[in-house]
Amino acid sequence: MAIKMNLQSIISVSQLNTYARSLLEGDENLRNVFVRGEISNFTANARSGHLYMSLKDANASIKAVMFAGNASKLKFRIENGMSVIVRGRVSLYERDGAFQLYIDDIQPEGIGSLAIAFEQLKEKLSKEGIFDSDRKKQIPPMPKRIGVISSPNGAAVQDVLNVISRRFPLAEIIFAGVPVQGDGAGEIIARAVVDFNYLNCADVIIIARGGGSAEDLWEFNNENLARAIYNSEIPVISGVGHETDFTICDFAADLRAPTPSAAAELAVPDMYDLVAYINLLNDKISKAVSSKILLEEMRLDKLADSGFLKKPADYIDECNKKLSDLDKSLNNAVKDIFERKYNQAAILVSKLDALSPLKILSRGFSVVKSNNSVVSSVNQLRIGEPIELKLTDGTANAVITQIEDQVN
Amino acid sequence: MNYEESVKKLEEIVSKLEEGNISLEESLKLYEEGTLLSENCRKMLSEAKLKITNINEVAENG
Repeated sequence: MAIKMNLQSIISVSQLNTYARSLLEGDENLRNVFVRGEISNFTANARSGHLYMSLKDANASIKAVMFAGNASKLKFRIENGMSVIVRGRVSLYERDGAFQLYIDDIQPEGIGSLAIAFEQLKEKLSKEGIFDSDRKKQIPPMPKRIGVISSPNGAAVQDVLNVISRRFPLAEIIFAGVPVQGDGAGEIIARAVVDFNYLNCADVIIIARGGGSAEDLWEFNNENLARAIYNSEIPVISGVGHETDFTICDFAADLRAPTPSAAAELAVPDMYDLVAYINLLNDKISKAVSSKILLEEMRLDKLADSGFLKKPADYIDECNKKLSDLDKSLNNAVKDIFERKYNQAAILVSKLDALSPLKILSRGFSVVKSNNSVVSSVNQLRIGEPIELKLTDGTANAVITQIEDQVN
Repeated sequence: MNYEESVKKLEEIVSKLEEGNISLEESLKLYEEGTLLSENCRKMLSEAKLKITNINEVAENG
């Protein structure tokens, strides 16, 4: 590749740079180099997408460029001060006579590029408030419809279904089958979250995926997924990977579960707890009614303590005594009245007796009768007329021989 | 009545009974109703079977 050139004669700048470039490009060793350094003077051309920077160490520096095609494959953002290992080739930019690195790939030193990308996205979304705890929605205590977003072929969905079937079979699962790894999966998962909200067909959403490497779980670090979860009206539980795996999806979710099974457990109540609660309510009902009955019994006892309910026979005896007392006084009163009336009658009888004509006869008076009628005046008598004398012990007949008027 | 409604009704009965200012006759009536309800709730739980629907069906059925 190196151009043969007579350097004894005078040459142009262009010729020099072309020659130098051909030398650099002709060296096998410089066609694929790995260089460790720190990034500085980083700029990204917004229009072209090319990245420009310097790579330096304590004593030296080299310009570097990464063209858009390679730059778009980077998972993380380049930042000044970052320690990196770059892979690329060395050449010379003839226009500026610039000796520089043409970068194919950049790896952050120490931690992997995914880890860097993860930290960067996490920081960005965190600053936006996507993970704010006061934005977290409550998981409903008894969801009727549970949205499950997972791979239809994975073990994760089986775990979720098993747990919910065992704990809370009254629920209905609305299942959205999605790819859970590989390019584009994160976007599809984000779309499923949006769909659940659009259809309003779940009370809680579980995003589930079994364990895997950081690369396997990478799609759960999708920015749009984080935003879809943040904007979801339906609470989202993230159950991605194992206990030690953290994804952006976990941070954005309203609740993070260490595993898919745990997510299912957090989503629904346990049937045994529900039965226990129902039994508790039932006990409360029984107790309340028992104490009500007890209370009524006490009231009755109190009533029974007073009055005849305690000793009804005594009460009846008392009543009987009262009755017979009344009876006696009634009798006495009647007797009194009777005696008084009797005495009055006796007095009247004796008065009557004193007035009786027989009594008068016994004192020597007689009753004179003429023509069977009692004579009370001399005018009723005539001389020679027979009269009858009635005395106390018999009668006698007589004749009138003389009449004298007493008045004259 | 579904499970949630039944449980809610049961809770209402409990608070009514625990307030206590109801007649004995009404208490006994509520007791009977509550016992039936809790029996029903337990039955609903033990007989339930998880239903699974694909979100595409939900979307298609509007």
